[in-house]
Amino acid sequence: MKFKFWGVRGSIATPGPNTIKYGGNTTCIEITTDDNDLIILDAGTGIHLIGQELLKQLPISAHIFITHTHWDHIQGLPFFSPIFIPGNDITLYGGLDPVTNEGIERALGVQLQYSYFPIREAELNANIHYNTIKPGESISIGNAKITPILLSHPVLNFGYRIDCDGQSIFFTGDYEPVFNIYDPNDNEYNEYQSFIDVKQAEIILAMKDVDALIIDSSYTSEEYIAKKGWGHGTYDSAINLASMANAKRLFFTHHEPTRTDIQLEHIHKNLVQNNPNINFEMTLAKEGIDILL
Amino acid sequence: MSDTLNEELIAFVEKMPAFPKSVQKVVQLTSDVNTSAKDIVQVIESDPVMTIKILKVINSAFYGLPQKITSIQRSVVHIGLNTIKNLALSIAAIGMLKSNNKADFNTQEFLLHSMTTASLCRILAERTGISKVESSDFFVAGLLHDFGKIVLAEFDPDNFKLALEKSSEQQIPLYITELEFLGTSHAQVGKLLAERWELDQALVTAIDHHHDADNDNLLQDCVFAANQISKKMQFGFAGNPIVEEFPDNIIARFELSLDELIISLGDLSTVKSEALSFINS
Repeated sequence: MKFKFWGVRGSIATPGPNTIKYGGNTTCIEITTDDNDLIILDAGTGIHLIGQELLKQLPISAHIFITHTHWDHIQGLPFFSPIFIPGNDITLYGGLDPVTNEGIERALGVQLQYSYFPIREAELNANIHYNTIKPGESISIGNAKITPILLSHPVLNFGYRIDCDGQSIFFTGDYEPVFNIYDPNDNEYNEYQSFIDVKQAEIILAMKDVDALIIDSSYTSEEYIAKKGWGHGTYDSAINLASMANAKRLFFTHHEPTRTDIQLEHIHKNLVQNNPNINFEMTLAKEGIDILL
Repeated sequence: MSDTLNEELIAFVEKMPAFPKSVQKVVQLTSDVNTSAKDIVQVIESDPVMTIKILKVINSAFYGLPQKITSIQRSVVHIGLNTIKNLALSIAAIGMLKSNNKADFNTQEFLLHSMTTASLCRILAERTGISKVESSDFFVAGLLHDFGKIVLAEFDPDNFKLALEKSSEQQIPLYITELEFLGTSHAQVGKLLAERWELDQALVTAIDHHHDADNDNLLQDCVFAANQISKKMQFGFAGNPIVEEFPDNIIARFELSLDELIISLGDLSTVKSEALSFINS
């Protein structure tokens, strides 16, 4: 199994001289199994580039797993060229929206409306399939097993664990570790904390022993103080998760949109210095490079 | 009730609004980006309609949770505060229960009874040694035990009114007169909905059996006792004038009779005042 980041940026695409090294597209990860099955995690602007590559090998079969339907994770879908070409098979996977009860078809349907886009969903020429999936229930694609787990974010968000050929990847999508909403003096504090601990244990189990752990690390711990509740994690919370899950390699992604390449590398250098005893490699997610497991 | 009527009732409840105060508060709290999470949780936990509808969503098969979720706090941990806020807002968008319904059922008094039973149920659970961590399940069971009444008052107000009147005039339990006029009882209706919505089986059973005390089950015993204490103390009123004395197994459970237990619990006025401060705020 190998994978490649096509989009590493959070919130909004940030092209320009300051992001040229790590990349400015919004979230998209391509996974290719040893049998050449194509799995794509999220469809931010990065998916446009995968689409261009795939035009060289039509017809294609792609399995796109959406962590959640915030724009930066779906906005590339209408620009994923294979959806317009007959003979391609494209399946979109994701969760049910608890508020509207809409399935994952909403990720395309909401964008392919006359007011926002010139082509309607009904006009797409590829075979588009929708598979609204449930947490804990694995999907098989060839030899790969993809398992969603509910992770905390301001909207329903799935983390995905991909197991294939004896290797494994976990991607959080957007994720802020759950914090206690009560003050330590409140009666409810301990009770709430116990619920958090149970959920945390479930998350660690889902990430256990993965070869590559890809985590939303938008903020430094200092920045986080002003961003608590926004739905994103920190470099330190990612390191903590990777340690507890015994991950082999940690990738920081969802780079904060104003973060320059130089700043990213500065942060990374500090993290390496400040965490001398960890037994996994820490890497800044960078667009366009094949990562072999 | 017939199967058709059951389906009608379930569809009716889907569109049933929540209580005015919580609807107002949800709209207010969700318009303020700085709202604290615990305020939202508290509002939802003070409204049986919002609570049961949110538990319905989180316990639906689509979230495939390994175990049933029985409290709003747990729901927030699993599905995130924003989603819970949006769910509450979508319930608020349905409208709000009218204070004057055709059944002449006083919804404010009903709410006070439900909220105080919830608090008392938790107090009783903790008294028997249940940890604070588990006691929120007891709170929810107390809050939802009479949920079927508000449903019947809205769904079939004419017959529910007759049941209320006969219960009051002849001093017989409301669930008996409900059976006479509606062919079902609030306990059965509550069970039907909780079961259909795949809520925790212990909660379904506690709602179903909150008038029978002959089960050796702590949750049911606490709901039964809390309900009688709330009625005896006249914390609100949910239409049933009969306070039932504790049968032997409930006395055995708490090692006290109803009156003795009330005395032993000490000053319960805060249970009422805390609920009232929400309703009247």
